[in-house]
Amino acid sequence: MGYVAVQGGTDAIENSEKLSNYLRLKGKSLPLTVKQIQDQLRFLVDRVMGEGSLYSPFHAALAIKQSEGDPLEAAFYIRAYRSTLKRIVDTLPLNMQEQRITRRISSAFKDIPGGQILGPTQDYKQRMLDFSLVEEDEEAMHKALSDYEAELKPKPIGEKGFVKVVDILKSQGLVKEAARETEEAAADITKESVAFPADRSSSLQMLSRSETGGVLALAYSSMRGYGSIHPTIAELRVGHVPVRIPHPFRENETVTIGSIQVTEAEILAKFESCGQDEKPYFTLGYGCCFGCNEVKAISMAVLDRTMKEEKADAPAQDQEFVLMHTDGIESSGFCAHFKLPHYITFQSDLDRLRATQEKKSKKEVKTGENINDL
Amino acid sequence: MTFEYNFAFIDENAKKEIRRKLLKAIAIPGHQVPFASRELPIARGWGTGGLQITMAIIGPEDVLKVIDQGCDGSVNAVNLRKLISKTTGVRTTFETHKATIIQTRHRIPEVPMKEGQILVFQVPLPEPLRLVEPSEAETRRMHSEKDYSRLWVTLYEDIVKWGSISIGASYPCKVNGHYVMSPSPIPKWDIYKLHQSECLYLFGAGREKRIYAVPPYTDVEPLQFADKPFEVESFEGLCCCRCGAVDAYLDEIYDEETGCKYHVCSDTGYCDSRLGGLERNGL
Repeated sequence: MGYVAVQGGTDAIENSEKLSNYLRLKGKSLPLTVKQIQDQLRFLVDRVMGEGSLYSPFHAALAIKQSEGDPLEAAFYIRAYRSTLKRIVDTLPLNMQEQRITRRISSAFKDIPGGQILGPTQDYKQRMLDFSLVEEDEEAMHKALSDYEAELKPKPIGEKGFVKVVDILKSQGLVKEAARETEEAAADITKESVAFPADRSSSLQMLSRSETGGVLALAYSSMRGYGSIHPTIAELRVGHVPVRIPHPFRENETVTIGSIQVTEAEILAKFESCGQDEKPYFTLGYGCCFGCNEVKAISMAVLDRTMKEEKADAPAQDQEFVLMHTDGIESSGFCAHFKLPHYITFQSDLDRLRATQEKKSKKEVKTGENINDL
Repeated sequence: MTFEYNFAFIDENAKKEIRRKLLKAIAIPGHQVPFASRELPIARGWGTGGLQITMAIIGPEDVLKVIDQGCDGSVNAVNLRKLISKTTGVRTTFETHKATIIQTRHRIPEVPMKEGQILVFQVPLPEPLRLVEPSEAETRRMHSEKDYSRLWVTLYEDIVKWGSISIGASYPCKVNGHYVMSPSPIPKWDIYKLHQSECLYLFGAGREKRIYAVPPYTDVEPLQFADKPFEVESFEGLCCCRCGAVDAYLDEIYDEETGCKYHVCSDTGYCDSRLGGLERNGL
């Protein structure tokens, strides 16, 4: 009789790491460079930055390489790395009016001031596998680049920037200006644990870090009718926006520290009477996330609106339900933890089941005796 | 490219926050204190709450023991120990009495812990009321109003349905006469060790972002009815096949060849010490 409990953990872990690395390399293709991932897997990089909640394409690309392309795992690396970084300063609120638009559409109006800008999108691409990509080489790359650059006719951008579609509706009294939240500064969910009901800044932060598939599933449940809000996209924007901080020495001055690409979605939802005057207005939902991730920004905006419902009849309307179950790092970690040994708890369950079975069978015997007595 | 990590991985401001929340938790025994909970290089649900506490309180002089299911050598314990010692350089031990900090999942060591020692629990689900109420906003209200009626009713219904309470591990306990607390998924066997203990117990739930504590010499009482007293797991007539212990929580193991069932101490440090430390089943 040998002793066979799980042991030799150290060796097992080391060997497992070696085997995983071997499987990554054994095809003997050239090792992926971080730069290649950063350049050519843009959507994956953006998604990992968003869910990892750290804006750094380099770190996200490294995490993607290390996790062999698993987005949840890559975002997890980023979150863990983020925990080691000191928070130096809070940035000032982004001014979306300054966004350098690469894409901007509205499904509410055919023509909007500044125009609809399709930009780079996969939306109208026919999803047929392109086998020419198999043969793509450096020569083809350079040719594609120079051909496109030759076609370009740069135009100066208008000084005014782009008016927000929602602002137009607000000026016509069709949308009620959201009541300013009383809080002075936005909450920081990475420094304070969120209490429920959560304030709007916490709620939007949580959504912005949430897993794309998770928010999509819950937003989709609303779109299909479980707490429908009848959304229309007022405006969807993708582009770079400058990030500013207060000047460290000079009062009332700011310093631009760079720019980040964000996707922003504003949706108009079914109208409601607000407050005393009983006059109905369109209601709004807002979503914004790192990089280019339109499905996530739209899903966020839908959920931002569904969660405002006073009485939660559907899962997407229940703020705690939505926010507590859409973080990919937390949900995937907890899901994976069931792989850990549960010998102790299971032994305890066994003890309970056996004791209860014993009690029940004693009762049965007793019942049997009673029948014989009759 | 290389990168220098901070002592005990997390940044000092985050550690400070955790220590402040720990002080609050110790001041209000059994009360769940929310904390920001940083992500660690270990997955959520794998001990990140316990780890954050350990990392926030550990110093270079500490001696660390890490166990999972009572075992020093199981893969998860090895992994956590490796992370902490890699980022701190502290000494580690398998012997309960030599450790200043013990991080644990699902067990309290068999050897009673003394004053000055700290046991840090990894907690998956800190909320004992989750059993009866899914909403966090609601359970916080229930705690503050000491409204535990639905939990009592559930325990009562269990007895009506099954003849006894069907909860095994994570048995809810009342701490210091007020808060009902989840002791983490330790077996009922370990519950009495929480009561009037000499050492400090700290509980960390990373994913759920809660810290709570049982300070030394605090009353901890499992929820029970006067006519249906709390019962621990029974190992009557069984002993450890390795060290012969009859006073330890036992793991049930099946022999590969014969298919026979036999038992062995779940606390490997305890089992080893009974054998004079000659063999190591831990590693």
